[in-house]
Amino acid sequence: MMEVRVYSAEELQRVGIENEADVITRPVISYWKGAILRFKKNHIAMFAFGLFVLFLFFTLFGPALSGENYTEIDAANRNIGPNGSFWFGTDQLGRDLFSRIWIGARLSVIVALVCSGIQIVFGSIYGGIMAYFGGKVDAVMMRIIEVVNSFPSLLVTLLIMMVVGKNVIGLLIAMSITSWVGTARIVRGQIMLLRESEYVKASQLLGGGAARIIKKHLLPNTISLLILDLCSSIPDYIFTEASLSFLGMGLGGDIISLGVLISDGKTKMQFYPWQMIFPAVVLVVAVLAFNLIGDGLRDALDPKTVN
Amino acid sequence: MIHYFFLALLSFGVAMKKYVLKRVITAIFTLLAITLILFILMQLMPGSPFNDEKLNESQRAALYAKYGLDKPIVIQFFHYVINMFKGDLGVSYKISKNTPITQLIASRLPISIGVGFAAVSIGALIGLLLGLLAAFKRDTVWDTLATVISVIGVSVPSYVFALALSYQFGFKLDWFPMLFSAKDVLGSSVLPSVSLSMFTMASIARFTRAEMIEVLGSDYMLLAESKGLSGNKIVFAHALRNALIPIITVLAPLVVDLMTGSLVVEKIFSIPGVGSLLVNAIQSNDYNVVIALSFIYSAMYIGIMLVVDILYGVIDPRIRVAKEGD
Repeated sequence: MMEVRVYSAEELQRVGIENEADVITRPVISYWKGAILRFKKNHIAMFAFGLFVLFLFFTLFGPALSGENYTEIDAANRNIGPNGSFWFGTDQLGRDLFSRIWIGARLSVIVALVCSGIQIVFGSIYGGIMAYFGGKVDAVMMRIIEVVNSFPSLLVTLLIMMVVGKNVIGLLIAMSITSWVGTARIVRGQIMLLRESEYVKASQLLGGGAARIIKKHLLPNTISLLILDLCSSIPDYIFTEASLSFLGMGLGGDIISLGVLISDGKTKMQFYPWQMIFPAVVLVVAVLAFNLIGDGLRDALDPKTVN
Repeated sequence: MIHYFFLALLSFGVAMKKYVLKRVITAIFTLLAITLILFILMQLMPGSPFNDEKLNESQRAALYAKYGLDKPIVIQFFHYVINMFKGDLGVSYKISKNTPITQLIASRLPISIGVGFAAVSIGALIGLLLGLLAAFKRDTVWDTLATVISVIGVSVPSYVFALALSYQFGFKLDWFPMLFSAKDVLGSSVLPSVSLSMFTMASIARFTRAEMIEVLGSDYMLLAESKGLSGNKIVFAHALRNALIPIITVLAPLVVDLMTGSLVVEKIFSIPGVGSLLVNAIQSNDYNVVIALSFIYSAMYIGIMLVVDILYGVIDPRIRVAKEGD
């Protein structure tokens, strides 16, 4: 990095505003406040946010609302259609589909959130190390990324599931093992870009220390990218988990997720289509909401889209 | 003048050759690294391909010896790599005993590639048209419609599409067969190809729209317009060419998504392709088949990435120069 001359406080004195035309009359809006304002103006994003809140509400309270037990086998009420007491009908063992769907959605969301968390944390650390050390360390770590990136990701997940076993921990490991690569690249690229940027240099010239630069420049400019990364990875995980369970290679036994329910419903699709349609619709609505919120955030977090 | 031109061409050729060579060598090393990782993963797999309870210890040992599984792992690995380069992927232990894997794959690969190729073609074409429509008729009903279709396309998993299509057009309306049949390959490939193409279509449409809007707002478009070029000429000579180049880069990962998406879709329509073979092999612990197929998938992936990288370098000289600088 170049030699920087740091100015002292005496040398840097604020010169008064002499001209009235230079006075800032508008209220100063911070970056995050501006982002929230822009997001609120976006009707589609707000609609998606509403869907998301609804989805979250049912995931948390749905099973309690219906008052039906999701594991209780009821031979008298098998394969019945949606009605007053079984809002989404029942499955082949007479279990309430409404409760089962939200219990399954709960697991799908938890898995997606945990995996995204692992991805963001690990990816940021890896990318940060690459950008900080640079040179040979960076080159070696980049080769590792290239090798990981050359695997078709679903294939790796399947292979890892075979090694670790069909349980929630196995699923978390299998889905996280390749996903951090994208995040690491984003963080590396962004930090390298910022380090060379003129406003970071200006901040150094004006005497900003490392803590200030990290807090004021590096973090805010990276966090928005990470939020977008999170928004696109959550639906991906929900997708992947559902595909794995659908193939019979995800979660097994009594564990239910949306994928397991769709897979169960598929076997009787021709006779009782709702058993597949309800879980599929819940899955699609959740993923749709996440995607639309992600789109809205992409516009909102970009300060250049001022309207 | 001419002298300079030839000089530029000469240096271009050398730089290009160096770039291609570098990429090919990287690709080969990546593939070797992947083979090693696959091999290690397979050693970690629980269960043995010969877990028939009727087998006693000596019979099992005989089977291990027959397939060379009793040798040290390092030797097994080198043996495997050498055979692979000779085009011999080994034999299946379980699914179809003692059948060479190359033979198993040979009959299945064309089916999977056929369905995949149809899906990419449909998806890319319709996605491109949708994206262009949305960009040129920006902020109109057309734009909203194209956006809605593409958002739905990326939000609905291909197997949900597959199930919905097979229920509506296969079961209810009976327009197309619900299951794949060798007698009616074309008719029974329609539903799987369409359901696989949805994600590609939606992604391409989104990307094309964004790319096109950026190009349409660029300075060189303004210049072309102020030079008095007609609307069509601007679109074809400047806008399309510059917007389409980056689309090549998204097409490659999408093709790979198709390969994995086919696992699910092949299961739904019971297509005798590579995807269903892989699923069977994983479920019955047929290690050799799993390694072989994973190797083929990864090799295809690396191959596609390599072609795209080189193509991109040929089309856009800036990329080549930037990568040289690394």
